[in-house]
Amino acid sequence: MSVVETNVATTGAMATGANSPAAAESWQPSILAFACHWCTYSGADLAGLNRMEYPANVRLLRVPCSGRVNPQYVLSALGKGADGVLVCGCHPGDCHYVSGNYYAKRRLMAFKRLLEFTGLEPGRFQVRWISGSEAGKFRDTVTRVCEEVRALGPLTTDQRQALADPVLAGAAATTQAGEAQ
Amino acid sequence: MSRIGVIVCHCGSNIAATVDVEQVVQVAKTLPHVAYAADNKYTCSDQGQQAIKEAIVEHRLDRIVIGSCSPRMHELTFRKMLSQTDINPYMLEIANLREQCSWVHKNKAEGTAKAIDLIKMAVAKCDRDQPLFTMSIPVNKRALVIGGGIAGMQAALDIADAGYPVTLVEKEPSLGGKMVMLDKTFPTMDCSACICTPKMADVGSHPNITVKSLAEVEQISGYVGNFEVTIRERAKYIDYSLCTGCGLCETKCPTKTPSSFEQGLGLRKAIYKPFAQAVPGKPTIDAEHCRKLTTGKCGVCEKVCPLGAIRYDDTDKVTAETYGAIVVAIGYQLIDWGSIYGEYGGGRYADVISGLQFERLVNASGPTEGHVVRPSDGQEPKSVVIVKCVGSRDPEHGRSYCSRACCMYGAKHAHQYLDKVPDGRCYVFYMDVRTPGKGYDEFYMNTQHDGALYLRGRVSKIYQQNGKLICQGEDTLSGQQVTVEADMVVLETAMVPANDADRLGSMLGITRDKDLWLSEAHPKLRPVETNSAGIYLAGTCQGPKDIPDSVAQASAAAMKVAVLFAHDELESNAMIASSDVALCNGCGACVSICPYSAITLEEITLRENSKKVTRRISKVNPGLCQGCGACTVACRPGAMDLRGFSDEQIMREVDALCQW
Amino acid sequence: MSDTMRYAYFPGCSAAGTSIPYTLSAGFIAKKIGLELVEIPDWNCCGTSAALVTDRDLAVALPARSLAIAEHNAATAGLDVATPCAGCFASLKSARDYAASSEQRRARVEAMIGESYSATADVFSFLELMAQEAAATAIEQAIQDAALTLAGLKVACYYGCALVRPASICRFDDNENPQSMDRLVALTGAEPVEWAFKTECCGASHQMTEPAAARQLIERIFVDAAANGAELIATACPLCMLNLDLRLAEVNKRRQEAGQTTFDIPVFYFTELLGLCMGGGVRQLGIDRHFHPAEPQAKRLRTLQQLAEEQAAREAAEAAEAARQRDVRKEEAARKKSEAAADAVPAAAGQGTVADEKEVHA
Repeated sequence: MSVVETNVATTGAMATGANSPAAAESWQPSILAFACHWCTYSGADLAGLNRMEYPANVRLLRVPCSGRVNPQYVLSALGKGADGVLVCGCHPGDCHYVSGNYYAKRRLMAFKRLLEFTGLEPGRFQVRWISGSEAGKFRDTVTRVCEEVRALGPLTTDQRQALADPVLAGAAATTQAGEAQ
Repeated sequence: MSRIGVIVCHCGSNIAATVDVEQVVQVAKTLPHVAYAADNKYTCSDQGQQAIKEAIVEHRLDRIVIGSCSPRMHELTFRKMLSQTDINPYMLEIANLREQCSWVHKNKAEGTAKAIDLIKMAVAKCDRDQPLFTMSIPVNKRALVIGGGIAGMQAALDIADAGYPVTLVEKEPSLGGKMVMLDKTFPTMDCSACICTPKMADVGSHPNITVKSLAEVEQISGYVGNFEVTIRERAKYIDYSLCTGCGLCETKCPTKTPSSFEQGLGLRKAIYKPFAQAVPGKPTIDAEHCRKLTTGKCGVCEKVCPLGAIRYDDTDKVTAETYGAIVVAIGYQLIDWGSIYGEYGGGRYADVISGLQFERLVNASGPTEGHVVRPSDGQEPKSVVIVKCVGSRDPEHGRSYCSRACCMYGAKHAHQYLDKVPDGRCYVFYMDVRTPGKGYDEFYMNTQHDGALYLRGRVSKIYQQNGKLICQGEDTLSGQQVTVEADMVVLETAMVPANDADRLGSMLGITRDKDLWLSEAHPKLRPVETNSAGIYLAGTCQGPKDIPDSVAQASAAAMKVAVLFAHDELESNAMIASSDVALCNGCGACVSICPYSAITLEEITLRENSKKVTRRISKVNPGLCQGCGACTVACRPGAMDLRGFSDEQIMREVDALCQW
Repeated sequence: MSDTMRYAYFPGCSAAGTSIPYTLSAGFIAKKIGLELVEIPDWNCCGTSAALVTDRDLAVALPARSLAIAEHNAATAGLDVATPCAGCFASLKSARDYAASSEQRRARVEAMIGESYSATADVFSFLELMAQEAAATAIEQAIQDAALTLAGLKVACYYGCALVRPASICRFDDNENPQSMDRLVALTGAEPVEWAFKTECCGASHQMTEPAAARQLIERIFVDAAANGAELIATACPLCMLNLDLRLAEVNKRRQEAGQTTFDIPVFYFTELLGLCMGGGVRQLGIDRHFHPAEPQAKRLRTLQQLAEEQAAREAAEAAEAARQRDVRKEEAARKKSEAAADAVPAAAGQGTVADEKEVHA
């Protein structure tokens, strides 16, 4: 709750849409990928070391652990301009922090269903496990996600407005617990 | 108002080839709160670092963004550099322009656009960086080793030899663990006791080692450098300061009961040392069987003890001490095959024995003085069937994993049997023969040359008929059903975690795998550490292994302890979670989610609206928190946040990106 | 389980054919202990292993039809199903489990049989039914009332393959060393022997197609029963019964030709043994209908009074023998004493030490 309110208040002015008619012709999907420091971020570094090419539409945001990814971040990203969001972490059982990716999995799977309930296409929000050695898998995953989102086209203004609804933010908060009930 | 300095690195041509560095610098200059932006050929070089230090002074910068290689490469380098300036080393963000931009995109326009976005994100985040500080944690240079088997003894000796005091806690009356029960060790056929008992004596007499036998760890709290440990030493009913271990009491004690050291094949007295070379070399009274303690009548040991060392009124001793590091070496136990293998008689046939029972049978100081005889009638068995993988690699009945040592000790048992009974026949049923290790495969081949008949297949049923054990099985190589009439059957049973593993693991914050083995921090690169700092694993508690591997891991664990103890103080992680007292509602969601048990609920008294209010709030232990941030997401009121990766910082990065 | 001992009864094809003694003896017991069996109208073949090897759907549909009828029929609705035959039990219980495992499967079964089926009623074999506490207590009482016993008779309880296996479907007793029949047979005073072939296959399904292999399966069961001293084999399956009882003659013939000992080990339904001890007659229970004569073993039945008299007589004989030996020893001691007195060597000191040590080490 606090997260959304603070940020809407302080940085809301920065948010702009990408749906102007002029942009549509040369439209490129914008994809934000949350990557855990220990696995996926190092997997992406390895992809760089091996000079593996992938679409430039993907930007990585480094977090210590996929368990650090708050569903509110995803809501905010999709509401303010991203066309797709990817969350990546260590493989189940390999979490640097013991169990963070399990929490991430439980939270984000519940959250994904909530997003789909609002009408968001499943391809726009994906969760993948990529280890530090899986440079190829990283390249393939971001490439595929990029293509899937490209095929879906830009998020409509209606969709973005729906995602910005505070009721949805409240509902998303209920997915945050992450503990097995 | 912050003053941000942005430095964009060329990395020679690594970045500059596909990113227009000059354009990135120009855009950076326009970003809010950026007071200075420049490019640099090699930022990580001494000259590059010097240039940043000078810019900090010249432009009164209070935080830095560097667009360069991955933060996994040089974040620490630049933090170190900042620690030589007036800026806090955590007032730093790195945009990954090389591994995640210039190296993976060939189109310079695309690469430049992405680089600009990455710089924008870093600037947005850096604007909310806070100075962070590590804490110094004093290190208590005393080690606790739990378990006095070969791994625990080796770890204790190595730590003690490094000059640090060690307490070794053993739940049995003597050190030695499983190894001292073994007759010989493969592949060299060294007498196990001959190489194990001197180690026991070394441990017992080492000036830096305190042995607590018949003792268990009851409670542990604290964190690396400062573990508070409660140890319960069970009553021994003997004053060890007086007892000389003469053994008179044991010879005169009238009560006999099956010996667990002899695996139930022999008897011991109610006042006993489990075996002759036990350390401590003094007896204990088994309260469950002692006549004096159960019925009040007897007291023979007290009458015969020349030193008056018997104490029938002895009680458990509970002590609490502080240790800096803990080595867990609680070992394994053998799977309870009787309860799961009904087709092997479920323990109803006396002559179907476990491998550990065979070790005692063949041991010269064992119950039969080394004569291989059937437990049922004392006759020498003329044909023996050895069944491997009993409980191992059998997800249906037992465990799915391979117990690693059984192929070798199975071959050893076949060799020992054929050595003692030259006219005997020995059949070994196996699934695969796995003998990696120096001299191991040669040993197995020699066993075949000794005459052991290896049959590739599982035994489906063992039953008794006319005094013989009929083993029905399969020889998959010939495709035949086979039936062997045996006089004795030896089951090479799976290693499973010690009874205590789950309790101890949860107390110490060590994860357990699906089979309850204690988990190492990383299967390849951190094989002796656990996820709890300052707690290390040695030997089979981490997974099945043979003696040399256990000893190697024990020495490695001891080395880790010595490295830890080489410091007087430890630096705590600066990027940890912290809870805002004003927002916390004391729900405790963070407490149950924390994998390190770093969060506790505390009662605090506050003044609110000029009234005294007592509230529960969560509190993060900075020594335990590893900074994963799982708690921050679980926190509904938004009280919990992670330093260095705060909600606001991440949201600002998201917002910066969404300006596309 | 139903509150009262009332079950929907699925007799199976053998009940009125090859296993008449089972039907007679179980019926006799049912009457004695107040067990009510309501036959499912228009029941059909359970399909057994023949259906299973032909078509998996058929193996579910055949038993499911009978179970569905039991649900719809007013007299059997809501009752759990009981069947004497192990094969029927396996088929019925497997079909019921299949339908109960998911809503989708249940719908599939309904489509196959063309009527609704809720798969709520459980299925019990006669053995499991009688091993349950209420029935076992009633059986014990009925035997006590009849004051009859089979004491001294050694029985190998043979469960066969289908009553306890697969464990995931049967969920009854230990599948390697089951005990339920042993406990019931022990109620008759007979002694169940420990033996190893309780759940081994008797080879019944393969006697026609693979006689050479299947005949051996029969013989080894008798071999192990004999090796453990059994005088008869008790079974709870009509097919095991038929297979073992019918072919014992053939086994014996082969053994005789090979110069091996033959077996006089008749096969009984466990219900026949219980029935005998409840006062059932040999003909009433169908014991006279066996292939291998079973009457000699049935004649070991005695009243408790006869048993007590026998025991008393045996004890008296034993006491007399003990007394005779005591006299012999006394004479011997007296003879030795007189000889020792003649030698006049004191041995008291030595004896004292031995006694002391005995006290410490006893």
